[in-house]
Amino acid sequence: MKHPSSLIRLGAVAAATALVLSACGSTDDAADSGDDGAAAACDLKIGYMGPLTGDYANLGLNMIGGVKLALAEYNTENEDCQITLEEYDSQGDPEKATPLATEVIQDDKVIGLVGPSFSGETEATGPAFAEAGLVTVSPSATNPNLSTNGWDTFHRVLGNDATQAPAAAQYITGTVGSSKVFVVDDASEYGKGIADGVAEALGDVVLDRDTVQQKQSDFAATVTKVKASGADSLFYGGYYAEAGLLAKQLKAGGWDGQFVSGDGSLDPGFVEAAGAEGAEGAVLTCPCAPSPDDFAASFSELNGAEPGTYSAEAYDAANVLIQGLADGNTAREDLLAWVNSYDAPGITKQIKFDETGEVSGVTVYAYPVVGGVIEPGQPIE
Amino acid sequence: MDSVTEPFAYLFSHFFELTITGLALGSVYALVALGYTMVYGVLQLINFAHSEVFMYGTFAVIWTLYFLNATPDTSGAALIMMLLTALVVAMVLSAIVALILERVAYRPLIKRQAPKLVALISAIGASFMLAELMGLRSRLAGFVGLDDNLERYVSRSRDTRGMPLDIPQYKVFTIGDYGVTNVDILVIFSALAMMVLLDQYVRRSRMGRGIRAVAQDPESAALMGVNSTRVVQLTFLLGGLMAGAAATLYMIRIGATRFDAGFILGVKAFTAAVMGGIGNLRGALLGGLVLGVSENWGAALFGNEWRDVVAFVLLVLILLFRPTGLLGEALGKARA
Repeated sequence: MKHPSSLIRLGAVAAATALVLSACGSTDDAADSGDDGAAAACDLKIGYMGPLTGDYANLGLNMIGGVKLALAEYNTENEDCQITLEEYDSQGDPEKATPLATEVIQDDKVIGLVGPSFSGETEATGPAFAEAGLVTVSPSATNPNLSTNGWDTFHRVLGNDATQAPAAAQYITGTVGSSKVFVVDDASEYGKGIADGVAEALGDVVLDRDTVQQKQSDFAATVTKVKASGADSLFYGGYYAEAGLLAKQLKAGGWDGQFVSGDGSLDPGFVEAAGAEGAEGAVLTCPCAPSPDDFAASFSELNGAEPGTYSAEAYDAANVLIQGLADGNTAREDLLAWVNSYDAPGITKQIKFDETGEVSGVTVYAYPVVGGVIEPGQPIE
Repeated sequence: MDSVTEPFAYLFSHFFELTITGLALGSVYALVALGYTMVYGVLQLINFAHSEVFMYGTFAVIWTLYFLNATPDTSGAALIMMLLTALVVAMVLSAIVALILERVAYRPLIKRQAPKLVALISAIGASFMLAELMGLRSRLAGFVGLDDNLERYVSRSRDTRGMPLDIPQYKVFTIGDYGVTNVDILVIFSALAMMVLLDQYVRRSRMGRGIRAVAQDPESAALMGVNSTRVVQLTFLLGGLMAGAAATLYMIRIGATRFDAGFILGVKAFTAAVMGGIGNLRGALLGGLVLGVSENWGAALFGNEWRDVVAFVLLVLILLFRPTGLLGEALGKARA
């Protein structure tokens, strides 16, 4: 099992290195042949990697809409010199993302990448991108460990799970004013991670914990346990499908406490699963910012759909790369240096990366569900 | 000491709540288990695609409610009429899927007297195909150019879809300290009623006698003039109708479904069928209820992540002492 895969990896790294060398060569030629850098930005590409089909396609479509909007805005102002988008559909699966990363690296027109979207695929492809010196800016990968690998090329434009958990805990004890909290997770890497973080930040106001399973649909035993504990609020670490069903069944079972969950539940699918009645009053936290009105308007006009979770982050991530290309950083190494020293306001926050690729000035937002709709989030103080 | 007795104290103090919600869960298992058990009784074949027959029923409920323009404000007689319509549509759609399944995935194999193992593989293949067809319905609609007209029916096709209405839940009476809700009562009693009807039909009607005859000895039954193809069709039809009813009760209780919702429920229902004695209709009922309750008790005693462990350990224990399940195997041996 181990040998072939490590061989493949070796091969990929070798291929990647060769390509980087050749890519550097070709841009050197371009520089030699004269004229200004801006002209060389023509017919270059930025990539987007994430789930565009499959079970998580909704999230990927949210993001690529933001990337498309950023590109459309640039291209209408620079009609004679277009930047195009190359889509890499990983379905959010690390195994599918790995060969795609090689594809990205081999295409020497691709100077930078928005993505990868999920933590798993980012983990799997990070070494290849770092080796190739291809800058990546993720709009959504939130695993705290991703920035600790020493990949110079890794960046993200939102806070990680380690910043979200204390904020969610703060919301529960501060804004909700609860001192009797029940914590539930779905035993997934993400769900357990954030639930552990919240439980740790809450300390001894946590009365009890329970674990559910992904794809479970009947939570009667958990509902009984929550009611018996006397908790007046509940934090759920997991994804929207189970979160919605749990919220609904808690309410139907006669529990009237405050339901709080994290960014994994921030999707209209939460309300779909819970029903308007079951979702009413729930609060979903996310290190992602709500879409500003004018952004939302142009997004809908271009994509024919409302912006969703991470749309605004994807727009910001794409703009960092586009501005770099426009500024004449048309070689991968130049664009990487540009992104590393970037410091300008985006629509979600001031975008400036520290040496590990984490964005500064992280804010976590609380999105309430009112009347069957997830309302724009308010910053958690 | 405390940590050992505490879960038991918790179970006993919430005994009725855990038991009644477990019975409601088990009723759905039982209705789906009927499909497994009947097909097994007649053909000695495990119809693994039966879980998808159930899943199509859950979507039939949602689509019917969309079609009837149900909203969260729908209530009273309109709500009841809509749910009854959804029940009928779900039963019909599930039955149609079950019949197609029989026609396409089984009959050609049975005709050629293929080994049972081949039919089993065919069932697994059919199961994947049916689930993925549902998961890709937006593209299917796209092929025929209907995706705009059917937007609401096919959008977010790989995602959880919920019912467009809210079913009010209220306490009807109290047992112990648990207020039994209208939904609990509806689910448990509807499932029981369906079971009794089916059981009586198989025991008393002419076609039911045919089913039992084929289950007992297909060759003799054929010699006595029983049309075994008809009997097999009828078996799939009845299983489909029950799965459709189960789907409606499931939607009333859970309220949301997705293209792969059949899988776990199918495994549980099959377990229930084996637990009660596969091929045995009353066994399916008992197995479903025992499984539902034991899952809830297990979750209460050891934590929710242990619910399946408890349920399956129980299954192994039962099979150790009663290898043919709680009530024993065989549809045909049921007293005539």
